[in-house]
Amino acid sequence: MHAPHRESYLSATVGIRSWLLTTDHKRIALLYFAGITFFFFIGGMAATLIRLELITPQPDLGSPDFYNRLFTMHGIIMVWFFLIPSIPTTMGNFILPMMIGARDLAFPRLNLTSWYLYMAGGIITIAALLLGGVDTGWTFYEPYSTFYATGYIILAVFGIFVSGFSSILTGINFIVTVHKLRAPGMTWYRLPVFVWSTYATSLILVLATPVLAMTLLMLLAERVFHVGIFSPQLGGDPLLFQHMFWFYSHPAVYIMILPSMGVISEIVPCFARKPLFGYEFVVWCSIAIAAIGFLVWGHHMFVAGQSLYASLAFSFLSYLVAVPSAIKVFNWTATLHEGWIRFDAPMLYAFGFIGLFTIGGLTGLFLAALAVDVHVTDTYFVVAHFHYIMVGGAVMGYFAGLHYWWPKITGRLYPDYWARFAAILAFFGFNLTFFPQFILGYLGMPRRYQSYPPEFQIWHVLSSAGASILAVGYALPLFYLLWSILRGPRASANPWGATGLEWSTRSPPPPENFEKTPTVIRPPYQYVRGEPCMQAENG
Amino acid sequence: MHGFPIWPDTASAYASQVNFLFGSLLVIGGLTAGLVFFLLLFFANKYRHGSNAHRHEPTKKTWRWEVGWTTASLLIFVGLAVWGGNLYVHLYNPPPNALQIFIVGKQWMWKAQHPGGQREINELHVPAGQDIRLVMASQDVIHSFFIPALRIKQDVVPGRYETMWFRADKVGRYHLFCAEYCGTDHAHMGGWLTVMDPRDFGNWLRAQGGQKTLAAQGEQLFHSYGCSGCHEPGGTVRAPKLDGVFGSPVPLSDGRVVTADERYVRDSILDPKAEVAAGYAPVMPTFAGQIGEDDLAKLVAYIESIGPQRRAGSR
Repeated sequence: MHAPHRESYLSATVGIRSWLLTTDHKRIALLYFAGITFFFFIGGMAATLIRLELITPQPDLGSPDFYNRLFTMHGIIMVWFFLIPSIPTTMGNFILPMMIGARDLAFPRLNLTSWYLYMAGGIITIAALLLGGVDTGWTFYEPYSTFYATGYIILAVFGIFVSGFSSILTGINFIVTVHKLRAPGMTWYRLPVFVWSTYATSLILVLATPVLAMTLLMLLAERVFHVGIFSPQLGGDPLLFQHMFWFYSHPAVYIMILPSMGVISEIVPCFARKPLFGYEFVVWCSIAIAAIGFLVWGHHMFVAGQSLYASLAFSFLSYLVAVPSAIKVFNWTATLHEGWIRFDAPMLYAFGFIGLFTIGGLTGLFLAALAVDVHVTDTYFVVAHFHYIMVGGAVMGYFAGLHYWWPKITGRLYPDYWARFAAILAFFGFNLTFFPQFILGYLGMPRRYQSYPPEFQIWHVLSSAGASILAVGYALPLFYLLWSILRGPRASANPWGATGLEWSTRSPPPPENFEKTPTVIRPPYQYVRGEPCMQAENG
Repeated sequence: MHGFPIWPDTASAYASQVNFLFGSLLVIGGLTAGLVFFLLLFFANKYRHGSNAHRHEPTKKTWRWEVGWTTASLLIFVGLAVWGGNLYVHLYNPPPNALQIFIVGKQWMWKAQHPGGQREINELHVPAGQDIRLVMASQDVIHSFFIPALRIKQDVVPGRYETMWFRADKVGRYHLFCAEYCGTDHAHMGGWLTVMDPRDFGNWLRAQGGQKTLAAQGEQLFHSYGCSGCHEPGGTVRAPKLDGVFGSPVPLSDGRVVTADERYVRDSILDPKAEVAAGYAPVMPTFAGQIGEDDLAKLVAYIESIGPQRRAGSR
């Protein structure tokens, strides 16, 4: 369609300054890709050491303090520097403006600022973890984190505090962009679901992150200046800390999973060559999850000593928030009915997502049942459950989106055979790693234990074996994706036969995204007998 | 390696009820997952690209399906919430006349004090078939008292009492864990719950030696800390007498009425000006930082022993 020598956003300007001072949302997305990949492998290394340590019941790799620092590092890095920014800042940054036919985000310089804040926060936190580490767990529970914990807590907390502003600015940017920069004809009900779910995510980012910032500031005030807020020694209330922490950290779970749900909602119709089943329901389920997600934080505290009535209410609300997630799974499944289904790598990752998210969601029903939660909370059952959601769900969704948009982002195709192999490997490796942990949890194995009673060993051995497979599944894309940049065949504008606006411009896109602003003439995901009908008029 | 365990010990009737709920959840979850996975694979195969399965024009009206599965999920979920909540409420209603044991958690051990004055560390011996009520405190950070075989767990938050009750039916030795991360030796903060035949338990208690009961030790402390100077007849300061107070309602100077349970007694020692009994001046000095959790337990046991009758407090 277009001559290949026409300039793309990748080649428009050259030099290190043109990257570090760019305001192009696509280049900033690549900067984020670099940062996020780095932190993912740091967090993954900590996970590897944890799984190695747990192969035997007794300590092997180091002291208990070393182990405590390992899982703290794993949690902090993965939650704040991989999972929360992962999809919104990379694919959200790159694709969201293109999906709505915009030239850029509403505030390009703010966007670059977000990246610098993210990297600054990340480097501060990594420095804290390397200087001597933190042993509080990623949850920083009081009063342990004020007067009992050792290590560089102040530095680590400050790093997280800084990166929080990156989240807030990104959220504001997305919200304004979706409101103000939609192309002609792009009505709200013509927005791709990925835009809706990133929008819902942004609402949470903007509303919840300030609560985390305040909580962390209070923690610092208490640790540094001995201002009594949470610590009973100073007349404070440790449960107040938990309430404030989870008021952010539970919605944060939806920050992690909603974007993945958006990615899956793009991929399933594209590879089934069929409109998404129940578009309006999927869209409003995203909003419902974002809203109800703010009302369920107390389910982290069923044995913490909160009031009986609070627990009963939070249990009920937790079941309520599960309804929209269930609806989404049913809608994705129904979309396949009478489709023309293809099994390219993004679709395999999407299948993996649906399968693992379903198990993660269903085990959430176990945890919301109060009497069961009393037994399994703070055990490996919880560890398995949230890894099914955040790794099985969010990370699978991340890889699905990465493989789906890779030809658009780089203009290159990757070897589909290897990509499908990696997807299948990750799926089986993941299940072998985390399914045994459900059994461990009901058996009563508490989390955050370096050494454990010998009868639990068999399940830990299986889990560690699975982790080694999972690690290969996660490392493989690094190789074939890099290969594709150097040697991969060039991608056409629309290699998958998708219908969105981002597919009606060149791969990789020109700096201004579209040569002329597209006009949107129909809803997303329209196919006639398996043939795509592009959303944009000039597509 | 030690076997292939798939199901934990079940040592109480309550634990069996949790098993039943858990098993039902497994069935519901298994059926739902089975249905979703079956449909995914069935559609993926039948409607794969290139198959010549028949396809209709895509239906525009999807709301019947949406309403159907939304209602079904909601009904099942509400049922589960009620079921799980119902069992949970049971944990908050200790039976009266339970045998009361004080537990103190600290980095990194659990100390138990029996009413007869027997003490143990990282061990807890209890008689089978009897209601046991644990009154728990932490001396430093948050710990969590977890007995998997009984399916119960309670965080022990410093600065206040938490309670938990159970009735173990099956004689045996069961794991006792700390389930809330508490620092370096968190993984070693645990031991064993030993459920004994009541007769064996009686023998075990006697074998621990002839120390004074917890209440008697508390009475001694009541004098040595100087409490008796004001709280007993002939005291120099006008202070409430404590005979018969425990378990009864206490009107406060701010108009509220609280029950004089373990929490109230403990808080009144550590923060006496917070809840002053009506009609008295807030003159009592605080003992915060001067009395450890062990001694507090003894004092509470003593106040309880001079109450009108031993009764289980409520949370």
